[in-house]
Amino acid sequence: MVEESPMVEFKDVTKIYSKSKQPAVEHISFKINKGEFCCLIGTSGSGKTTLMRMINRMNSVTKGQVLVNGKDVKKFNLVNLRRKIGYVIQNNGLMPHMTIRENIVLVPKLLKWPKEKLNEEAERLIKMAELPESYLDRYPAELSGGQQQRIGVVRALAADQNLILMDEPFGALDPITRESLQNLVQNLQMQLGKTIVFVTHDMDEALKLATKIVVLHDGKLIQVGSPEEILHHPANKFVESLIGEERLSEAKYETVKVKNVMTAPVKINLGASLNDALAMMKERHVDTLLVIDDDNHLKGYISIADLQRKYPHVSSVSDIMLPINATVGPEEYLRDNFSRILSRNGQYIPVVDAERKLIGVVTRASLVNVVYEKIWGEKKPATEELEKKAN
Amino acid sequence: MSKLGLWQQFIYYYQHNGSYVLQQFNRTFLISIYGVLFAAVVGIPIGIFISRNAHLGNFVVEIANFIQTIPSLALLSIIMIAMGLGVMTVIVTVTLYSLLPIIKNTYTGMKSVDKNVIDSGKGMGMTKWQLLYLVRLPLSMSVIIAGLKNALVIAIGITSIGSFVGAGGLGDIIIRGTNATNGSAIILAGALPTALMAILADLLLNFLQKWLQPKGLRN
Ligand SMILES: Nc1ncnc2c1ncn2[C@@H]1O[C@H](COP(=O)(O)OP(=O)(O)O)[C@@H](O)[C@H]1O
Ligand SMILES: [Mg+2]
Repeated sequence: MVEESPMVEFKDVTKIYSKSKQPAVEHISFKINKGEFCCLIGTSGSGKTTLMRMINRMNSVTKGQVLVNGKDVKKFNLVNLRRKIGYVIQNNGLMPHMTIRENIVLVPKLLKWPKEKLNEEAERLIKMAELPESYLDRYPAELSGGQQQRIGVVRALAADQNLILMDEPFGALDPITRESLQNLVQNLQMQLGKTIVFVTHDMDEALKLATKIVVLHDGKLIQVGSPEEILHHPANKFVESLIGEERLSEAKYETVKVKNVMTAPVKINLGASLNDALAMMKERHVDTLLVIDDDNHLKGYISIADLQRKYPHVSSVSDIMLPINATVGPEEYLRDNFSRILSRNGQYIPVVDAERKLIGVVTRASLVNVVYEKIWGEKKPATEELEKKAN
Repeated sequence: MSKLGLWQQFIYYYQHNGSYVLQQFNRTFLISIYGVLFAAVVGIPIGIFISRNAHLGNFVVEIANFIQTIPSLALLSIIMIAMGLGVMTVIVTVTLYSLLPIIKNTYTGMKSVDKNVIDSGKGMGMTKWQLLYLVRLPLSMSVIIAGLKNALVIAIGITSIGSFVGAGGLGDIIIRGTNATNGSAIILAGALPTALMAILADLLLNFLQKWLQPKGLRN
């Protein structure tokens, strides 16, 4: 099968504005596939807008190549390229002297569609914007900011553009209006399978909408990845700061697995003597031992209480062993087992793999660490440290 | 002579020279209009052109400002030396004076069109011409017409003076009055319609300005 070319591809792209020596963006390479919702995120001045505007040639490319559907944007007829790409900017950019109807069908009109088709399209799109049809004959100034931006969004779909560029489209809206607009865009994108390039400086917005996030800083590409990847494996301190302390520790807590916090078990072989067991308890300062067979399979446990009671009469660990019901697997999420571990009478819960081989224990003490980090954040990356301990 | 006498004379003058006054009224009006129209034909494209370049824009507006500072009688005389007596001299002077308000307002109007609107027009794939006649011109129309209005009012004033170089018009009546003994009524007979014309021109263009203002921008 021939691989489909990506909707947009940046190939080692650098942009230097005339009159400035510093490149606004440099050596940027990444791809945006069809149907992806790609958020460009970064602080102000990081080059998000510059990068986005090179796609429809609102900015020229200084070095490198920008490809749309596998074709260098320079090879397109400028006007045709732009008519094929939807364009939404922050302050909606509606024509104040045109009615909503005229605004919506502006691109189809430039493309010289017949008149009946224009009206049909206007009616179809105002429905999509979830606004009454009577608004078609109003002027932009007669609509609220959120309503205007709804028109701005659907206008970008009027000529059935498959690629839509949006530059902080909801930046100027209040949080509630912003959320409803985000939902609108998300629904449209999912229903219609459009490819969207969306500039934002709001990580919440990016995490909510994106299927791919591109992090920029000082004109350089820092990280490209899915929201999950960005959230759970931020490339560096800068990405972490974009995500924010709170969301970061939340995310970490969310994804801590049992294997990340388990510690080495104190265990004894089924065939060992009670003398050995007693000595091990004393040495390790524990009152129970997990019992395994020669292949490390978990068989049960023994406790100091039973040992004391039966000591002279029996001599082997297997004679006083009790069965264990509760175990967890190493790949299970800690958050799903939290209460189970805490509510158990014992101090710990054994971790066994698929073959019931004992690989560790989760103690109440290790839960304390996790909660501590979730609430107070952490100085060192928690999961990595714990992983080290576990291995 | 009593005040009543002045008005009686004034009315008497109109009763006997009504058609002459009307003719001169028309003449003044046409000279002014021609001057402004020429200025518009030259000035509006210049204003549009220089709005793309701030340096050039400032430079051209400076030149127009400079022309404006020359007293009208002086400019009229200078042009008369070049072009001789007659109506063309006045029309050229009016054109030169009208250039400033027209260029300046076109330039300002073009500059003041919301950058976002232009950006989105461009981004949607408008050609330069489409951007000009679908966006930039409609949105600066009212400022441009305000410029024409200023130009026309100034033009009417200059045309009245223009009678000194033999262009005719209402100024002729005023000059006649200044030459006659007891000519106050005649001066008034020329001056009053001149003032009236300026006021009417202002009103008319105000109306035109409102009418041409795109609907979505009216409050
Ligand atoms: N038209 C321009 N001319 C010169 N420099 C520009 C222009 N537009 C942006 N820049 C510069 O390029 C850099 C990136 O800007 P921009 O892409 O607008 O960032 P962002 O959208 O991430 O805030 C900034 O340093 C900015 O000053
Ligand atoms: Mg920006």
